[in-house]
Amino acid sequence: MSDLWEVFVRPKRGLSHVHVGSLHAADAELALRHARDVYTRRGEGVSIWVVPSVQVTASSPDERDSFFDPAADKVYRHPSFYEVPDELQI
Amino acid sequence: MTSFESAIAEGARIEPRDAMPEDYRATLIRQIAQHAHSEIIGMQPEGAWITRAPSLRRKAILLAKVQDEAGHGLYLYAAAETLGVARSELYDALLTGRQKYSSIFNYPTLTWADVGTIGWLVDGAAIVNQVPLCRCSYGPYARGMVRICKEESFHQRQGFESLLALSRGTPGQHAMAQDAVNRWWWPSLMMFGPPDADSPHSARSTAWGIKRFSNDTLRQRFVDMVVPQAEVLGLTLPDPDLRFDAERGSWDFGPVDFTELREVVAGNGPCNAERLAHRRAAEDDGAWVREAARVHAAKHAQRGAA
Ligand SMILES: [Fe+2]
Ligand SMILES: [Fe+2]
Repeated sequence: MSDLWEVFVRPKRGLSHVHVGSLHAADAELALRHARDVYTRRGEGVSIWVVPSVQVTASSPDERDSFFDPAADKVYRHPSFYEVPDELQI
Repeated sequence: MTSFESAIAEGARIEPRDAMPEDYRATLIRQIAQHAHSEIIGMQPEGAWITRAPSLRRKAILLAKVQDEAGHGLYLYAAAETLGVARSELYDALLTGRQKYSSIFNYPTLTWADVGTIGWLVDGAAIVNQVPLCRCSYGPYARGMVRICKEESFHQRQGFESLLALSRGTPGQHAMAQDAVNRWWWPSLMMFGPPDADSPHSARSTAWGIKRFSNDTLRQRFVDMVVPQAEVLGLTLPDPDLRFDAERGSWDFGPVDFTELREVVAGNGPCNAERLAHRRAAEDDGAWVREAARVHAAKHAQRGAA
């Protein structure tokens, strides 16, 4: 297995884990320890995930347009699509 | 217009798997790697004083600062790897001298005052260089720089505080502080690189949104920032030509000896050989740890699979 890991940190309770970078480690346990030392030296996190980089499946940037296109023509999914009287507070 | 060109024109960020010109990729790998190497080699001049810090407080601060520099190196190596280069290749390029690191770290730290001076001037110059990189067109590099810049302000402030304590100390301490500033001033100005006229790749890097300001612009910005600070410190800067130009609203300063910069970059600085030898020894001394971790991981993976 490759020794590259992606690191995700939850900055505080109530927020999601966010990708912060990557690091090299022999196994998951060491990856967690290194992640703590590299990415949270000033209390930047309350929880860390490490994921082997090879396990990440990503959408391709080349097909960005076609992949996300189906969402573009469905304007009726947005509240601004609807006309309601001005005095209505919704 | 390619998707890369339109993204650059809009000021949008380029992300790792986007299509990009090979030269853009190569330029970034070279710049980010050189930056990472500088952080890693940059641990040495100050690291040499950790065991000799004058108080427990200063020792804890210095240790934290040097650890930060290690962290900076690691953020940057991680950013470089998103461009498709392996970490091991970068280490190898550093250790074999194929890639460079900042010339500033090839000067020796002769006294304790050098540590404060480095924090004030060298980290100060690094901040001036790095803040614009937070808006660099390559996403992972820009994000790494945001993280680094947040940490650098502690570096500069602790240096200033330490140097101020010396400057206001005994006459001997004051003289030691002044001597350190005298030695580090000109090398700090060299950190901004050759003058604009001799900076051949600048135009392209600017067009690509990697570089935002020219070397000379940043050098001037640094001088303007530091001159008033030197006054607060009660120390002088070793340049008889320093004079405020009211019309420009900036400080004039004397000519920087770029021959010295070229020499140090070429490997002929006072500490080039020592820095690389130290780095190689650290790499060799750590080999058994990495090997043990690898074997341990393999054994556990096997046990888990069985
Ligand atoms: Fe740094
Ligand atoms: Fe620093």
